[in-house]
Formats: sequence, C-alpha cells, structure tokens
Amino acid sequence: MADLENNIVLQMNHIMKIYSNGVVANEDVSLDLVKGEIHALLGENGAGKSTLMKVLFGLESPDQGEIVLNGQATTIKSPQDAISKGIGMVHQHFMLVPSLTVAENIILGVEPRKNGVFIDMDQAVSAAAEIAEKYNFDLDVKAKVEEIPVGLKQKVEILKALYRGADILILDEPTAVLTPQETEELFIQLEKLKADGHTIIFISHKLDEIKRICDRATIMRSGRSMGTYQVKDITTEEMSRLMVGRDVVLTFDDKKPAQVSDVKIQVKNLSVRNGQGVLKVDDLSFELRGGEILGVAGVEGNGQSELIDTLTGLNKHYKGVIEFKGQDIAKSSIKDIRELKVAHIPEDRMVSGCAGNLNILENMFSNQYTDSEFSGKILLKLKRITERTEELIKEYLVKCKSYKQNVGMLSGGNIQKVIVAREFSTGPDIIIANQPTRGVDVGASEFIRRRLLEFRDAGCAVLLISADLNEVFSLSDRLAAMYKGKFAGLFDDVSKVTEAELGQYMLGLKHQEEQGA
Amino acid sequence: MLSTIFSADFFSAILRCTTPILFAALAASVAQKSGICNMALEGIMLFCALFGVLFTSVTGNFLTGLILTMIAGGLIGMLLAFFVLNLKTDEILAAIAINLIAEGGTVLLMLAVSGDRGSSTSISSFSAPTIAIPLIKDIPVIGNLISGHNLMVYLALIAVVIMHIFLYKTPFGLKIRAVGENKNAAESVGISSRKIQYVALILSGVLASMGGFFMSGGYMNMFTTGMVSGRGYSALAASAMGGNNPIGAFAVSLLFGASQALSNVMQLTEIPYQLVQMLPYLVVLIGLGVYSYSVMKRRQSLAGK
Amino acid sequence: MNSKNFELFRMLFSIVIAVLISLLVIFFLSDQPLLAIYYLLTGPFTSVRNFCNVIESMIPLIFTGTGVCIMFSANQINLATDGGFHLGGLVAATIVLQLSLPSGVNIVVALIAASVAGGLFCMIPALLKIKTEASEMVSSLMLNYLSLWFCTFILMYFLQDPSKGSASYKFPDNAELLTLISGTNVHIGLFIALIVAVLGYVFLYKTKLGYELRLTGENKDFARYSGINIVKVILLSQLIGGLIAGLGGGVEILSPIYTRFTWTSLLGYGWDAIIICTLARKNPLHTPLAALFIAYLRTGASVMARYTDVTLEIVQITQGIIILLVVAEQFLSGTRHKIIAREAKAALKEEEGVA
Repeated sequence: MADLENNIVLQMNHIMKIYSNGVVANEDVSLDLVKGEIHALLGENGAGKSTLMKVLFGLESPDQGEIVLNGQATTIKSPQDAISKGIGMVHQHFMLVPSLTVAENIILGVEPRKNGVFIDMDQAVSAAAEIAEKYNFDLDVKAKVEEIPVGLKQKVEILKALYRGADILILDEPTAVLTPQETEELFIQLEKLKADGHTIIFISHKLDEIKRICDRATIMRSGRSMGTYQVKDITTEEMSRLMVGRDVVLTFDDKKPAQVSDVKIQVKNLSVRNGQGVLKVDDLSFELRGGEILGVAGVEGNGQSELIDTLTGLNKHYKGVIEFKGQDIAKSSIKDIRELKVAHIPEDRMVSGCAGNLNILENMFSNQYTDSEFSGKILLKLKRITERTEELIKEYLVKCKSYKQNVGMLSGGNIQKVIVAREFSTGPDIIIANQPTRGVDVGASEFIRRRLLEFRDAGCAVLLISADLNEVFSLSDRLAAMYKGKFAGLFDDVSKVTEAELGQYMLGLKHQEEQGA
Repeated sequence: MLSTIFSADFFSAILRCTTPILFAALAASVAQKSGICNMALEGIMLFCALFGVLFTSVTGNFLTGLILTMIAGGLIGMLLAFFVLNLKTDEILAAIAINLIAEGGTVLLMLAVSGDRGSSTSISSFSAPTIAIPLIKDIPVIGNLISGHNLMVYLALIAVVIMHIFLYKTPFGLKIRAVGENKNAAESVGISSRKIQYVALILSGVLASMGGFFMSGGYMNMFTTGMVSGRGYSALAASAMGGNNPIGAFAVSLLFGASQALSNVMQLTEIPYQLVQMLPYLVVLIGLGVYSYSVMKRRQSLAGK
Repeated sequence: MNSKNFELFRMLFSIVIAVLISLLVIFFLSDQPLLAIYYLLTGPFTSVRNFCNVIESMIPLIFTGTGVCIMFSANQINLATDGGFHLGGLVAATIVLQLSLPSGVNIVVALIAASVAGGLFCMIPALLKIKTEASEMVSSLMLNYLSLWFCTFILMYFLQDPSKGSASYKFPDNAELLTLISGTNVHIGLFIALIVAVLGYVFLYKTKLGYELRLTGENKDFARYSGINIVKVILLSQLIGGLIAGLGGGVEILSPIYTRFTWTSLLGYGWDAIIICTLARKNPLHTPLAALFIAYLRTGASVMARYTDVTLEIVQITQGIIILLVVAEQFLSGTRHKIIAREAKAALKEEEGVA
C-alpha cells in the first residue's frame, strides 16, 4: 500500500464543475493515478468524463476541488500549463490544423528555429520523423493532415503529446473512430508507452476494451464518481451496473409481438455521397412496415447520418428510389415529407434539434405551427399553442420552471424530451429516430424507449438508429448491422442473433451474401 | 482619356490609389488569418488619418509622426482585441462601435485643435516624402514607373513581402494560421489563442494606421472628415478575394486601386461625377460576387454534386 | 437579483458608464465643461421646441431600428438600412416633385414607392448571399455608397434647383406630412413610426412568418430540419426590414423638417439603427424607448453645441461606448456567473430534497 501511495502521480480531489448554463457536470469527483498504469475512466455519454478531463487539462476551471500533481497541490490554468506539467491530451475530436503538414502540426507551438526568426522546416521534419520512428509510428510527416486517414490523424495527436514530453496521456474515447485493426494497433502502442513509464488515462464506455488493456477503472455516473476498481477484480457486468445504475440488459417484458401492416418505407438501391464526394450509402435496399421497429446498429460514420439525412429530405442528392407510404419523395421538400406524417429525432439535438436561445414553447411547435389548430392564415394561435405546450410538458415530464424557459438552459435529457414531445405529438406514421437516447439520463431514456414501443404498437413504422446495442436489441423487431454504407447483416428474428455476432457484422468481419429486402 | 490611362502618371496614380487599400487589406488578412474579421479598419484608418496630421504637426517631422500614428493604430487594434477577446463582444458590433467613435471623435478632435470641422487646412502637417531611387530613376520609361513614388507606396509594397514571410515562414505566423483555422487545435498544444489574436489585431491596427496616415499625408496633404469613405470596408473584400494572404490581397487591392484611379481620371470627363464615384464600389461589389460564386462552384464540384 | 433582472441592470449600468465617459471627454475638450455637460443632460427641457426636437428625431430612429430588429433577427448582418433609408427619401422626393398627384394621394404613393425602393434595395445583399455566398456585410456596405452616389446623381441631374446648389426644388405644399403640434416639427410620422414598431413586434412574435424568421435566425439547421424554407424566409426578412427603412426615409423627407431633398452624404441612420436594435434586444416593441434615449442624447448634444464649444459628434462616441459595453458578454460576467451558479446550486438542493 505504501508503495502504491508513493507511486501516485496525480490526484484530483472533490472536483465540482458547474457550467454557465447551470448544468452541474461534475459533482464531487475524485480520481488518482498510479505511475505506469492504464487507468480507465468509464461512464456513459454525459456522465462528466470529458468535463473532468478538461479540468485536468486546464480547459475548464473547477468551481471546487484540488489537483495534486506528484504530491504537490497545483492549479492548472491553461492547456499550456498542463503541457508544461507533463500532461498531454488526445481529444475525441482531433485537434489538428488540416491545411498544415503532419510535421507542422507536431511542432506547432514548439517550433525549431533558424537565424532566430524563421521556422527551421528541415529540422522540424527530421524531428517529427525521429519521434515517429522512436515509438514505431509509421507515417509520412510531410503529408498534409487533411489528406491522411483517421487512424493516422490519431497517431499524429499522440505524437504531438509525446513530442511535448507528456508523462500523463489522456485519451478521450480513442477507439470510437477506429477500425478494429487500428484499435488493435493502438493497443499495442499503448502497451509500449506504458512499459516506457507513461501513465495513461483511457476514457471509454466500451467494457471489453477496458478489460483488455486497463489496470484500474474509475467509474462515473451522472457527474459523480462511483469508485475506482482493479479491473481484474471486477466483472463487466458489475462495471456496467455501476455505470448505468442497474443491470444493463434492458428488457421490456410487456413487449407484444409485432403486428405488421403495410409497407411505410421502401428504399431501393439507394446511394449517397457526402460533401467530400465519398460514397457513404452504397446501393442500399430495405423496407419497413407499420407496426415494426427496424433497428440499425453500427459504428459511427458508416453512412447512418447520410441515410437519415436523405430519408428526411435534408439531403436531396442521391441515386435510387425512396418511397414513403408508396409515394416517391425525390421531389419532396422537407416540409412535404413531414406532411406525410414523418417524425424525425435528429442525431445531434443541439445542432439541428432545437434553438437553444428560444424558449420551450417556441421549440415545441417548429414542425406543426402551420397546422390550422395552431395558426390562422397569418397569425399564430398563441393561446392554443401555450395550452398544448403545457400539456406536453406535463405528458413528457419535462423538468423546467415554465414554458418560457430557454431550451438551452435545460439538461440534455430534458432537451431531448422537448424534441421527442414535439416529434411525437403530431401523431406520426413513420418515426425516424437517430440516437434517440444518446447522452440522456436513464429515466428519460426509458421513457423515450417506452414511447417508441407505444407508437409501434399503434401501427407506426419506426426506424431506429443507435450505437447503443442494448437499445437496438431490446426495442427492435428486425435488426440490421450497417457497415460501409451497406447492411452487412439483416436479421428478421432478433432473438436468433447475439450481441457478439452482431458486433462482427458491424465491424465488417462478417457479411450476409444476400440482403433480405 | 486612353492616352491618360497608358501614361506613367496613371501608373503612379494607380499605385497611389492602391496604397491605402493595400495597407488595410494586409491588415484585414492578418486579422482574418487569426480568425477575426476586423471591420474596425475603417475607423482605425480614419482616426489615424487625423493622427498623422496632428502628430507630424506637433513633432514637426513626418517620421516620428508616422511612428506615433502606428502606435496609435496598434492601440486601437488592442482595444478591439480587448473587447472581442476579453469581454466577448461580437466582433462586428465592436467594430461598428469603434467606427462610430472614430467618425465622431475625429470631428470633435479636429474642431478642438483647429477650430475647423471640415478639413485640417489650418494645421501645418508633414507628408511622407517622395522617393527618387538613385540610378533607377535615370533609366528611361522604367525609371519613371519604378522611381518617384511616395515613401508610403514603397512601404506598402515592402509590407506585402514582409507579411508574406511573417505569416508563412515564422513560428508566429504558423501560430496565427493555426489559431485562425482551428482554435481548439492551437489551444490544445498550449498556444494561447488569445495572445495570438491580440498580436494579430494589434498588427492589423498598425498596418491600417499606415493606410490612414497615407490618406492625409501622401494621397492628400490634409485631413478631411470622412475621408476614408469605405476603403476599410473595400479592404475586407480585397482580403477575402485574395484568399486572406498578402500576395492575393495585393493583387485584388491593385484592381480596386485601378478602379479608384480610373474613377479619378474620369471625373475630368463628361460623365457625371456622381456616377464616376460609384465605380470603385461597383467594382468591389461585382468582384466580390464573382469571386464568391466561383469559390462556391468549386466547392460544390468537389463534393461531386 | 435573479439572472433576468441582472441583464437589465447590466444594460442600464453600461449606459451610465458610456455617458460618464462622454462627460469625461467633454471635460477634457471643452473650455466650459460644466456648462456643456449641463446642456447635454438637460438640453431637451430648456424649451418646448427642444423637447419637441427629441420627438422629431425619434421618428426616423424608430423606423430604422425596427427594420434592423427584423433583419438582424434572421441573423443577417445586413447594413444596407442606411442606403435603403436614403433611397426611400429620394424616391419619395422624386415622386412629389415630378408627379402632380392630388393632395393626399401624392403622399401615399410617395411613401409606398419609398418603402418598396428601400425593401428591394435591402434585399440585394441577401440575394447575393444566396446566389453567390458573398458576405452580406461587405456587399451591404458597398451598396450604401452606391446608394449615396446614385441619389446624389439623381438630385443633381433631375431634381436640382439651380439657384440652391445641392438641393432639390421645393416640395409642393400639399406634400408635407401633417404637423401635430403647431410651431414645432412634430409630425404625423410619429404615429406611423409607433404603428410600425407595434406591427413589427406583432410580426416577429405573433405571426407564422415572424416565427419562421426567428427560428431561422437562431438556428438555421433547426429551421431547415423543421421544414422551413430558409431561403424564402431570409429574403423576406430583408425585404420587410428594408420596406420599413425605406418608409422611414420617405416619412423623414416629407416631414416638415425638410422642404427640399438635400441629402448629399451618408446620414448614418443605419448605424443608429444598430445601437437601437442592440438596446431593444431585437424586439421592435422596445425600439421607441431606445429611440427616445438616443434622440434625447442627440438633442441635448445639439443644444450643447449651440451654446458651447463642444459639438454634436460627442453623441457618436457615447453611442459607440454603449454598443461596446452592452454587447460585451463578459462585462460583469463574474457577477452573472455567481448568480447562475447560486441558482443552479439551489435547484440541486431542491431536487435532492424531493428525492
């Protein structure tokens, strides 16, 4: 024990962080790091992991609490400060300057000079190449960052931190964007760094990965720490229970068998390219009937976003045919599609799901204010809208002071409830739900999932896209695994497929030859 | 008129008209490279046009006057930076405020100093000198083209080269570009984006001040109210159309300068003075439209749509 | 103090600081600073005439302020209000001078035409933005100068009274807006302005289009996702804002203040409109109050300029400082964060108490 004490390189004690919009992201969180360990920071989206790390890296200042580095209490005022204290961070969204080269990105901020004034580009290139070689990172340091693949970008990020002499390395969900091979490669490199004496904080919510390479794990749940454990002494079931507050195997015991009706969505040979011209949806065909939920699982970036954007009319450039209730939507505007009783829960609620500076009422009616119930030819029927908003706030259990509160001031879960209330209150025939419970607390998630089932039972066709396997398994009647723009697997009977099997389809390790359309 | 246009005098007129826009366009590009749109150029130029007159008059020497004016310009740039970076003021509204203060402040100040609210004729100020380059000036034809311009014209041309080297060859320039393109990336390696943007805006202020100085001490030899008349705004367009790099900004400034010079020449013709006055603004407007359109099309074709 | 009241306090505090700084400037510039300050602050009350002057100067400010509230609500940094106002004035002047329409009809036609001219003019930057993605800010600034020189051209070549230099012929008597208080220039335009402000409020906050406009302005992606045609909304918002600015120009030139068209330099109403929009927090209903404040300040300054050695331009400095402080998010932010953190902690306790 004494030995352990001596080897503690970092302690974060009783950290509290409240954001300016009133969100309490960290509430009395503590963490300690032992030299040379890989320490998992585990928690669901929105549990406060990123905030805690931002505090450690000097990007946010805590409202309470202290940081002890190598036995000395310290404050970390800025990333610069963190770096000078030997802390490096690899962010989930890469912190690279696209138009600069790999070498320029690595030396940025610590440029070698010639004649005292100019950048010594030759030395920069050789220094970057040297450190890449030292850690066995195979990459061309003269390439522009905007031209290299994601896996390499992450390596550049790690090299950047190492070049600056980081002893403590924070990796924020590093495997989220990687292929299995890239992940494997990363793990080997992390082991090497560990052997080299570096201490690594590994942020993740993937339990198998944590089991695979981490020594200890600190588990967070809704802004609080649920304790630190030796990974070898704790089962994945225990970890997931601590993470979400109960056994994660979601079941809806009362889920009735699906009563399918007519085809509501028919997609034939759909191909979509993204803004950079990359093929993201590749000759995809499927159909979806009323009364059933089709779950689409997949690692982010395999064409899910492009599929949804195209189905909902946000993107009009596609090849193939999409029919809603037998009607081709090639020429339909977003509004036309909405008028076919299509509800859409968007992937990122803050980007396109709401306007943070407008109040709940104004956010609750963006999809139905033209309805004759809520407006005349010119004027809005504000009295009726207010009544309805108050009903919906009650019905959907939105926690707020009044409908006049700005949506941006609500918690993530409550914002999501406002969006769901808005989308569901039109009585939809088709629901397209993209990550409907991402970053939402357990209670709200359960509520939203129950609603989806209710709509399915009422004859609605539900397309559910989710990275949460638990969610797709418990809700779906049929299940697809999306990989590189195709359904690598499509299962008509969810009970016949295991999580592990689905995972193999999601990661492209397995393919069904014929897609069951 | 054609014979006027193809003369060495007209070439010199183009350079003269280009110089203030060029300084301002360089100022705009360094600010924009750091990620900030410096619309306060207009106000900084106006203030510094007056400061140029006052400082050269007080010191009795154009050089110290110029240096003091540049310091003043840098200070205004710093003020803008303080509001935008420390107090999180919207950069456009902050610039509008500074421009308003400049518009009122210059009149107020000139009135207090000279008792005149229209122009500074009663103040004896010193303009930047005209430079005859030894040897070169004696070469036929080319001598007249290259030699014999106002010192500020040469400084502007030198500034293009210096700014290019600064932005693309020095550590600080690299940091400015990194901050402007991805602020978080720069922050994540410990670059203080605030510090970088402060320096960029101060530098932007200094460059704009030189443009302002030239307005009242070279382009004209006195200060008149509102004399900058949109050149700072045109410079924003010039910088944008030049891809926010110094060489590009120079090329576009030359176009705008030529349209201004042409407009000045055309004032001597039968064409109504007011219509001729519209020319420079029209060129900027159309140029901006054409440029933006081509960028949009290029991007769309890249996306394969 | 809660977080909402705090915003109001912050604005008032900014205004007070701006005025104090201006007073300080006067103190340094003037030979009789106390007298100057006295006139600046009390000028409007020194005579009925001066007080009415406040009301007169409010009128164009309400128009352009309301116009900018609508244009900025769509999140378009369109600064063409100045040019739209100018052009509106020219069009109204041209119509009453060139067409001999019956009394009453001439004014109505002139105002409608002025309004349409302003509307179409202010729509140009938005059109350019949509068609070419050119920055509406830069293009609108250029358009203001184009408007100025175009108007001056029309004045000098078609409307000019040769005996008057740069002024048009005198407007016919039947083309003057009704004076409300005899002996002053307070005219019926005041009511038009107030109606426009109220209608502007109703438009933004009670109509379908107004709702679409604010949604688009707050979050374009959200508006699009909701099925709103954002191109249509942006164009209409700039058109409507411009209609109001153009109408303002028409009303101003036909008011008793002017008997001829004499505008040969940029009037700066576009910039005033931005400060009014800032003070009114984009709500047209608040523009009359904001306009009253600016008009008061300006009248005070003109009284001061008449009796002392400090000129009117001091007001621009005050206005500039007000914008700087009011828009400065972080100004007094420490206090704000404390208030919000306190509220959040209280809410947390409440929740725990319930659970």
